[in-house]
Amino acid sequence: MFSTCMVDQLRPDIGEAVFRLLRRHGYTPVLVRGATCCGQPAWNTGLTGAARRVARRTLRAAAATTGPVVVPSGSCATMMSEFWPELFRGTGDEAAALEVAHRVTELSAFLAPTAVSDAAVGGAERVAYHDSCHMLRELGIHEAPRRLLAASGFDVVDTAGAELCCGFGGTFAVKLPEISTAMADEKLDAVVAAGVRRVVGCDYSCLFHLQGRAERRGLDIEAVHLAEVLTGA
Amino acid sequence: MPDAPAFAARAHVALRDIPLQAAVRNVTGQMVDGRRRALAELADPDGLRDVARAIRYRGVERLPDLLDRWSTNLEARGGQVHWATDADEAVTAIRGIIRRRGARLVVKGKSMASEEIHLNETLEADGVEVLETDLGEYIIQLAHEPPAHIIVPAIHKDRHDVSALFTRDAGRPIPPDIPAEAAYVRERLRDAFLTADVGISGVNFAIADTGSICLVTNEGNGRMVSSVPPVHVAIMGMERIVASWAELDVMLALLARSATGQRLTSYTNVITGPRQVGELDGPEELHVIVLDAGRTPILGSEFREVLDCIRCGACLNVCPVYRHVGGHSYGSVYPGPIGAVLTPLLRPEDAESRELAHASSLCGACVDVCPVRIPLVDMLLGLRRRDAGDVGPVKRAGFSAWSELWRSRPGFAATRIAVGAALPLVRRVRGGPGWAGAWLRTRTIPARPVVKRGDRRGSR
Repeated sequence: MFSTCMVDQLRPDIGEAVFRLLRRHGYTPVLVRGATCCGQPAWNTGLTGAARRVARRTLRAAAATTGPVVVPSGSCATMMSEFWPELFRGTGDEAAALEVAHRVTELSAFLAPTAVSDAAVGGAERVAYHDSCHMLRELGIHEAPRRLLAASGFDVVDTAGAELCCGFGGTFAVKLPEISTAMADEKLDAVVAAGVRRVVGCDYSCLFHLQGRAERRGLDIEAVHLAEVLTGA
Repeated sequence: MPDAPAFAARAHVALRDIPLQAAVRNVTGQMVDGRRRALAELADPDGLRDVARAIRYRGVERLPDLLDRWSTNLEARGGQVHWATDADEAVTAIRGIIRRRGARLVVKGKSMASEEIHLNETLEADGVEVLETDLGEYIIQLAHEPPAHIIVPAIHKDRHDVSALFTRDAGRPIPPDIPAEAAYVRERLRDAFLTADVGISGVNFAIADTGSICLVTNEGNGRMVSSVPPVHVAIMGMERIVASWAELDVMLALLARSATGQRLTSYTNVITGPRQVGELDGPEELHVIVLDAGRTPILGSEFREVLDCIRCGACLNVCPVYRHVGGHSYGSVYPGPIGAVLTPLLRPEDAESRELAHASSLCGACVDVCPVRIPLVDMLLGLRRRDAGDVGPVKRAGFSAWSELWRSRPGFAATRIAVGAALPLVRRVRGGPGWAGAWLRTRTIPARPVVKRGDRRGSR
């Protein structure tokens, strides 16, 4: 399991929840030791050198493992499975990047086939689900998290524009903060309108943005990671 | 210094323009729904998109060959083809035609290519009256504004805005009522169609096999400007060509559906030369201006698929950035995701154009709807890499320091300790300099819960 930099730095408890969740599904997770970040912030800014420097550390750590590399983020999983081969093309790490890319799996997609039914966890709580962009459009994962939520007894309500970008977009959030904030507001307004208190997502980056904006607006909305809610947080 | 300063400044204004917000949200929403419904009617819409992509890809690949065949066929039917390397050559060719005919009044149909060459301004400076005849284009001509959307140029104007503009134009009150507004334009333009010396239009597709051009419109004005005046000048981006009518069929099936959610637009005109001997209507002369204006360098680059675009505008309608800031924020002829890719490619020397590659959260909604599957997100990333030199020294140094720190586990762990120490303080800050301030002005940094040692199994 590669916990991702945002979780490691800002919400290590989500990493713990992912561990518990994997165990509950009968797996024995081990951490990708020595990993830091997938390099996406620099990659998205066009700074290949800086991206490679950071991503190489994580790539080599992942290459030293065997079996699926489970990532609790659609965005980081996309970077590793879709963009690493491009980032490392023509370098000594190209073969490793390709090999790891094939083993990278987003958490919900990894778990959905063996969804554990336990309706007591959710207790029929109505929640909204936020489709994160990379996860939905690059990886094509739409049903898996919903299925896991339903199996755990959550009632996932449809919100207007569930598939709309939350406005985080990595450095976009600070490069064009006003537009980014307007996008978060549209998303949060839809959650409020749906009459739910929690919006569940699979990317802490989006949740960080939505939670940060909700707090600033004084909204009684919590943006929570799938692993948190599935482990009863 | 903001990262896309010109774009950010214009967006700042647009985000506070409540009627604009409502109008853009409303119209794009309708088009998104319409597109979804219209594509769902097809047996295999995604399969058709694959076919369309292949058609465009092959078409652009053998562009010289197709253009050659098309122009030979068109010339055999009496049409005249003018090859324009840049905007100046295109404008010069059109001015030459107008001067030779002694034209005083030009009626224009919708043409984004004519926006690229800033045609109206030049002709008006020559003393020629230029009248836009597409309803939306006429509205923004009165407002002295550029188009705000590729296919809905006046998307940002509601009927009250239009009523004010028309009232001033008419010198009498035109009520904010859509049928009344349409009636006014019909009356205003009818005489112009009949008396104009030259009609100017765009081109949606050229068809190589028969030397034809195809115009796709909803208002009938395209048919008027191309058939009533004695001279018809059509301006075409040089990539807008298909080989055959069979290929045209596929493109038409997707264009109207992707754009407005129609099966076909109200008028689909195919024109093959000027009026022929024995024919009763059509212009005496047909000129087609084939515009390069920065396209040839794209052909040989990693971005060449951007030339596959058929200008349906579907990417604008789904783009969360476009929907929030509207077309004028982009400051370019082509707004939205396609504009953010195309503009820096057509105008690589212009810093303000280059910054548009950053006017996206890379959400990819555009790629999902593109009828010819242009990889717009990959291209935005590619442009950011191409123009990495534009990243300022402070940010560059920041990324460099970041990468030195996070290339090692101890550096990463040190950041985590620093974050933990700073967080309680930072959570109380609203604003500040640089990227941190940009975040904190409108958002907090959520609290970091304490993780008990015993819980951290598997952690280092």
